[in-house]
Amino acid sequence: MDLFEYQGKQYFARFGIPVSPGGVADTVDEAVTQADRVGYPVVVKAQVQVGGRGKAGGIKLANNADEVRTHAANILGMDIKGHMVKRLWIERASDIAHEYYASFTLDRGARKHLGMVSAKGGIDIEQVAAEDPQAIARLHIDPVSGLSEAQARQLVSDARLDAQAQGGAVDILKKLYRCFVEGDADLVEINPLVLTPDGRVHALDAKVSLDNNADFRHPEWQEYRATEVLDERERLARSKGLQYIGLSGSVGIIANGAGLAMSTLDVVNQAGGSPANFLDVGGGADATVMANALEVINTDPNVRSILINIFGGITRGEEVANGIVQALQRVHIKSPIVIRIDGTNADQGRQILKAHESDRLMSRPTMLEAARKAVELANSTEASR
Amino acid sequence: MSIFVDDKTRVVYQGLTGSAGRFYGLRNRAYGTQVVAGTNPARGGTEVEGIPVFASVKEAVEKAGATASCIFVPAPFVESAVLEAAEAGITFIAVITEGVPAQDEARFFNRLQEDFPNVRLLGPNCPGIITPGKCNIGITAGEIATPGGPVGIVSRSGTLTYQALYELTQKGIGVTTCVGIGGDPVPGTTFIDCLEAFEADPETRAIMLIGEIGGSEEEKAAAFIGSKLSKPVVSYIAGVTAPPGKKMGHAGAIISGSQGTAQAKMLALRAAGARVAINPTEAGEMMTDLVRELDR
Repeated sequence: MDLFEYQGKQYFARFGIPVSPGGVADTVDEAVTQADRVGYPVVVKAQVQVGGRGKAGGIKLANNADEVRTHAANILGMDIKGHMVKRLWIERASDIAHEYYASFTLDRGARKHLGMVSAKGGIDIEQVAAEDPQAIARLHIDPVSGLSEAQARQLVSDARLDAQAQGGAVDILKKLYRCFVEGDADLVEINPLVLTPDGRVHALDAKVSLDNNADFRHPEWQEYRATEVLDERERLARSKGLQYIGLSGSVGIIANGAGLAMSTLDVVNQAGGSPANFLDVGGGADATVMANALEVINTDPNVRSILINIFGGITRGEEVANGIVQALQRVHIKSPIVIRIDGTNADQGRQILKAHESDRLMSRPTMLEAARKAVELANSTEASR
Repeated sequence: MSIFVDDKTRVVYQGLTGSAGRFYGLRNRAYGTQVVAGTNPARGGTEVEGIPVFASVKEAVEKAGATASCIFVPAPFVESAVLEAAEAGITFIAVITEGVPAQDEARFFNRLQEDFPNVRLLGPNCPGIITPGKCNIGITAGEIATPGGPVGIVSRSGTLTYQALYELTQKGIGVTTCVGIGGDPVPGTTFIDCLEAFEADPETRAIMLIGEIGGSEEEKAAAFIGSKLSKPVVSYIAGVTAPPGKKMGHAGAIISGSQGTAQAKMLALRAAGARVAINPTEAGEMMTDLVRELDR
């Protein structure tokens, strides 16, 4: 789950990382109230989860209430690379002597933590990495022993930060690493990390991506869930515990396992169709889960046929079949369903379905045949519209 | 022959008393796996259909001679379960549990590397491993696999692993060992670990590699195939049509920027000399052709 800048800064603050004072505003009036509270000059910042906000005009300096009013009115409702601005973060403007970059993430290839620090902050770090890779100091950290004081110093000195920033930067790195590990983040990034003319170092931006798997030990994440950027179908799926991603095609897809679901998308494409979604019901999908999945797909107006592709491992065939039968009794499924079941208890599953087969529910023995049938149904109903 | 596990492997199920642990523990035993024990700190001294349950893995090792562990405990308890198994002297640990926090995975993987270098960890979030006819640890439906070889399978995706086994069985082709390495950020066992093991296994004569979008493990595997592997490879990469920037269920399956696309992986594998299929069925057909060529 990606946090908005203001949430990231609030998260940083929990770990003692210095951030500018500020407040959230959803309206022009609220923006002025927040600006009056934190003190001028302020920066009015669009809260969207996409890079390049500044260039798009989503970050503006305001010296008084009138300027806040003007900028807030312009930025609220602005479309930044497809993201509509609904919320602003108003913070005290900082004097900036230098801009740096700092981050921690997991290096999957090395299976260790990776710390990166650069004296070239404030710009897209991927651009720095491409044009001047030497400008980024990198250090692998053993997740067992964690980041030591010496390693934090090493990173800061390798990155050649200005002498007066080094003490403050080391302190922030140690706190940022704690935020990464104890805060269960996949990524924590400060860009820019700034040095003020009076020698203080603090985080001017915050990018935090949280690991959803650690949700169980972070009750405080509940408030972030409420603001997560999801489309309606994704929100409904999430509330039912399903992994769903909306796409734009006409074949609704339900599969178990991310790999099989992706593969099902591929096969539908190869059969000349286009998938309406990615939906992984996960391991151990039972009747309720299957019924929920069908209900989510049912809300998508583009869907013309539904392809259910199940290969039972931890998921059992008879549970899947029961779920489909129950869902058909519970809600009117608008599109015909083609199903393919194999693996654990597949025979029992097929037996259950056999009694309910019709032109609305049919089964096919292989993934390819099932995909072809689903695509044929989707295309023919589209043509007949 | 086989890799990592065989008919001598004696398995303890951590979480045998839970519903999934019980179902698959019993199913693995019915398949012929030596399921020698289960653990549950609160239920030591009881049993599950004749399988003794101990309070600790240490007891399971001492009293039942367990050499491998299969972990089904809930995600919050996986880290301590893995370390308990390693400390007790278990040398092969398969973690089936999904939803383990990445920070936990990074920590216990490195802890094993440092303090228990002889322990092989498989997973987390993996279907397990099956040496058909001899040993099935995890959630794979054993009846879909044909014993005997000559094909070794390694896969990042659970359900696609079953699909691959099934396709080969349909063609009457046997498998030496099938390893599901899982799709999590810190897999205990990698493609390359399995390729190395298959290379050293005389009965494995061809390898099927099933990958998916995200990360660069398939590219690394391709480099290994091109330089160090003498055995032929058929591969399939899921997610050709996945949109960039969307996490497709597995934490690993996300395309960021130009990295991790199925196309890039397929190109790398093809350049390394692997045959690359566009769907699991075609992968099965390619492997059938390959095995016929080997037998000629």
